[in-house]
Amino acid sequence: MSQPQVNTQLKTWDEIKTTTCYMCACRCGIKVYLKDGGVTYIEGNKDHPVNKGVICGKGASGIMQHTSPSRLSKPLIRVGERGSGEFREIEWEEALRTATLWLSQVRNTDPKKLAFFTGRDQSQALTGWWASQFGTPNYAAHGGFCSVNMAAAGLYTYGGSFWEFGEPDWHHTKYFMLFGVAEDHASNPIKTGLGKLKKRGAKIVAINPVKTGYSAIADEWIGITPGTDGLFAGALIHTLLEAQRIDGEYLLRFTNAPWLVIENPGAADDGLVLRNAAGTALVYDPQTEGTKVAGTYGINPPLMGRFTLADGRKVVTSFTLVAERFLSKDYAPETVAAQCGVPAATIRRIAAELAHTAFEETIEIDIPWTDYLGRQYEKTRGRPVAFHAMRGISAHSNGFHTCRTIHLLQIMLGTIDCPGGTRYKPPFPKPIPPGVKPAGKPGQVKPLTPLPGPPLGFVTSPEDLLVDAHGTPQRIDKAYSWDAPLSAHGMMHMVINNAAKGDPYPVDVLFMYMANMSWNSAMNVPDTISALTAKRGDGEYVIPRIIYSDAYASEMVHYADLILPDTTYLERWDAISLLDRPISDADGPADSIRQPVVEPDRDVRPFQDVLLDLGARLGLPAMVTQDGNPRYPGGYSDYLVNHERAPGLGPLAGFRGPEGRMSGRGPVNPKQLEQYIANGCHWFQEIPDRAKYYKHVNWDYLDWATFMGFLARPEPIIHQLYSEPLQKFRLAARGFGAVMPPPEHRSRIETYFDPIPFWYAPFEGEMVSADEFPMHAITQRPMAMYHAWGSQNTWLRQILGRNWLYMHRKRAAKLGIADGDWVTVTSHHGQIKCQAKLMDGQNENTVWTWNAIGKRSGTWGLEQGAPEAKKGFLLNHLISDLLPEREGGYRYSNSDPVTGQAAWYDLKVRVEKARDQSAESKPQFGVLKNVGVGK
Amino acid sequence: MTSLPGTTQKKLGLVIDLDVCVGCQACATSCKEWNTQGVSAPLSDAKPRSAEPMGTWLNRIHGYEVHDEGREDARIVHFPRSCLHCETPACVTVCPTGASYKRAEDGIVLVNPETCIGCKLCSWACPYGAREYDAPTGVMKKCTLCVDRIYNENFVEEDRVPACVKACPTGARSFGDLGDANSAVSQLVRERGGYDLMPDMGYKPTNKYLPPRARRDTAVVEALPKSDGSAMEKLFAWADKLMSAPKASARANESDLSDRLEG
Repeated sequence: MSQPQVNTQLKTWDEIKTTTCYMCACRCGIKVYLKDGGVTYIEGNKDHPVNKGVICGKGASGIMQHTSPSRLSKPLIRVGERGSGEFREIEWEEALRTATLWLSQVRNTDPKKLAFFTGRDQSQALTGWWASQFGTPNYAAHGGFCSVNMAAAGLYTYGGSFWEFGEPDWHHTKYFMLFGVAEDHASNPIKTGLGKLKKRGAKIVAINPVKTGYSAIADEWIGITPGTDGLFAGALIHTLLEAQRIDGEYLLRFTNAPWLVIENPGAADDGLVLRNAAGTALVYDPQTEGTKVAGTYGINPPLMGRFTLADGRKVVTSFTLVAERFLSKDYAPETVAAQCGVPAATIRRIAAELAHTAFEETIEIDIPWTDYLGRQYEKTRGRPVAFHAMRGISAHSNGFHTCRTIHLLQIMLGTIDCPGGTRYKPPFPKPIPPGVKPAGKPGQVKPLTPLPGPPLGFVTSPEDLLVDAHGTPQRIDKAYSWDAPLSAHGMMHMVINNAAKGDPYPVDVLFMYMANMSWNSAMNVPDTISALTAKRGDGEYVIPRIIYSDAYASEMVHYADLILPDTTYLERWDAISLLDRPISDADGPADSIRQPVVEPDRDVRPFQDVLLDLGARLGLPAMVTQDGNPRYPGGYSDYLVNHERAPGLGPLAGFRGPEGRMSGRGPVNPKQLEQYIANGCHWFQEIPDRAKYYKHVNWDYLDWATFMGFLARPEPIIHQLYSEPLQKFRLAARGFGAVMPPPEHRSRIETYFDPIPFWYAPFEGEMVSADEFPMHAITQRPMAMYHAWGSQNTWLRQILGRNWLYMHRKRAAKLGIADGDWVTVTSHHGQIKCQAKLMDGQNENTVWTWNAIGKRSGTWGLEQGAPEAKKGFLLNHLISDLLPEREGGYRYSNSDPVTGQAAWYDLKVRVEKARDQSAESKPQFGVLKNVGVGK
Repeated sequence: MTSLPGTTQKKLGLVIDLDVCVGCQACATSCKEWNTQGVSAPLSDAKPRSAEPMGTWLNRIHGYEVHDEGREDARIVHFPRSCLHCETPACVTVCPTGASYKRAEDGIVLVNPETCIGCKLCSWACPYGAREYDAPTGVMKKCTLCVDRIYNENFVEEDRVPACVKACPTGARSFGDLGDANSAVSQLVRERGGYDLMPDMGYKPTNKYLPPRARRDTAVVEALPKSDGSAMEKLFAWADKLMSAPKASARANESDLSDRLEG
């Protein structure tokens, strides 16, 4: 019998276009196969700097996102009560006029009454600028409940960050420490990197309460107790200091370790860095028994010691203070072992392995370089130990100091931006902290007037806070107030509940984009829904107007008054800009665009086009020409090419200037987008070899980065082990300075603005009874899903259509819980019912689940009975947005006291077998009406 | 009953590295999106928005907890499962119409949708659960090793690999001729002790799995000295040494220009 013939030369496409994925925050390059105007196949673009051809489970399911039955199809205006699902379809002109009317009333009177928060926005360079032009300080994206602890700790310590601003040197590292869950950012680069490490035989250590995902393939898994990573890292530092196994030369040359700190207890200068009249930090000079400017050629100042200056002042090197902190018994492995759930011997062994790899397995790369003082190095030395951390550190109320502790450990090992270490991705490193300050102080918010600067930035002293003379927060989310002074990403998680309480003031319009704030992005979902639907005495909603833009019929759509339907990611222009969250590589800056590869088949518009249109209608100065016409009539693509933040600096760094030959800086190039498309929709420029490593102190890099517009000046970026800005807040709490915290905030500021990182127990665990709520509860994101978007995807929901509560088998046995039992999970705030699954590979005192899978019935175009709603659940219902009352009765936000990062990994619970074993999760909220879908 | 070719010129197959697979599902969804529009089209999704969505997948990933001998703790293994393109596949010999067949040139096991009657005998015969019945089209579907990609001259040569292999971010999947002892995949199997799934069944799978490597969580480097209570003093002494020989800390390959610059 002859073999059947198979067509092996099938061509199922007539065109292939490149663009950028948006199935998560990774932003890989993709090639989209098209036939007859429809999408047939999506694959990774092998020329792209992020993913180099690979694609993940989400990215390969993009077709189902693009064609999802839950896509919105036309603008909607609410006609029933909020939550009723009663909407009327309207034309875009009516929608835009309505929005303009609502927004102009606010802008004409008091612009801060607009709260504009943009969720998982990848166009923050635009949206932040728009807010500033509108004149409201009430702007942020979702960083406040995502990653601000990582970002702030890094940017206030070494001018870079984990998260997306840095990456392990996958090519050279020999020892990789991965803290916490990391599956949701840089998803393909991390996976590809782990594959490389495996091939080279590098050791991977995963520090994570749960052994799934990346931890599953680690050489060593440390099932740490949630929230104790700082203690663990502190004990590693302790062990290294005990053995003097740290990089003294690195500390002396590239950090503030030898800087002198004034010791003058009770005085206004206590804890400040000793500086000369010009403000330059000083070090001790033993030869003259005096001081010299830090970074003077040829001197070798003491790393440790206490000295009395000629004028009688007492000073100490900052490293002495750091050493005293971490050599104390509090950080001895034997002290922390029980609390961390990690044996002391393991901690000591890991420390020995770190020291061995850093100091005995040193590598040298044949690249000469010159440091900022002109010291030349014939080769580039690497200490091949790399670290990475993400939300497992970030989403705790001690995350800022924990992350700083990890950075101190890296710095003491001399592993920052060296071959094999954790490297910066340009435009990082930045000055510590970056020079941008938040605008929105009293007097800066005025009718019909843009803010004098951006709403988000980096404070360096109490004078930079957005508070009035009484210390009252100026922002609706209380960011940059005494509640959370360093809240560099805002506090989106507080907006709705604060606005509903009118604390610190009510708003007139809440304008949100791409953030499911009535569901999986809210802490305390029930109260958030109440806040969205609460009414005043006169029958008006407490939050009078809610405008929302989303591509999909999410839970949040139901609580808005005006819906502006967005396109899918394949129908739009976008820029992955260096002004926003870059996609650079450690070896060079990169940016990219999205281009519309297909036309929308619905009456929807890209949100960024809509925002520029609204800006022009409102007459926001930078969005109109002198004669009042729209400045960017071509919409977002027009803006991407023609907008300049400063002369020659625009949203896209590539293909600038005449014929697109300039990079970084350069005049507007009208053909820029065409050139991006011709290059596969991305741009990458490799840093010259001698400028690649030790960027923070590399003469050639600092020059190059200044030329590119990444730095204002080619000045070295000296790591700040000891953080003087934190001390300035602490001095304010002691009653010094022009801006002081109100008395009720003082002890909190004094405690948590410690200039040296330290560990304290996460707040919720400290404030509730350990007997009543003995277990930690955390979530992680499945690798194949990103927030609520992924779990409604027709393919991905077949892989994971519901979630379970995972528990350790031994602990479950003690509690009489069997695999598959329905259990109640109770926190100080609420109770849910869900189904348990038992496993061995996790911390015994922890329960966990996949996040954002639980859906509300009647949303996302899912049919009744969908397991996402019937059996799926959220832990969010258990998480309070506020901490229990403290002394004085004030309830702080459930956040890190330094940065305002939402502390949703602090959750403590008890788990019991449910009396009701019916196969349905609880609470079940009312069934919503699937709106605007199926068109 | 359908007969098998005596030998095949090549033994094309996959090598899957269980030491590296993180269970990200990239191979599963990439397989689905390619094959729902390639020669296997469609891979149907029945009632995709309902309480019980059911779709056809040619590659599924499972996660298991495995207890290694002599260890109390469990290891989580992510296990991608698709057709193994056996040398003596029962799914072919059991086929009553000849629709299932093993190609003589490369050993790929395929189903001819023209002659498949959807009787499902093959799915009962396959011990690996690698075949899926696509109810809306009434035929059996299975991994084709992307036969419509690997020879497809519409792709540049390096892309002529199965969609799952092209997608895999960790590099856990390799494709090649396991009949050629010198091929990269055969070498990988030798180096890493690649093994057959359920060899006792006697179907001689072509695909191989590479086992997880041994864990490395015991001491191999010398412990650091513990402090006897004078850690701070010792650290001071160490720091003093750094300072006492200002040039000693400069490495041999470093030229310190400080004198010249200061002068």
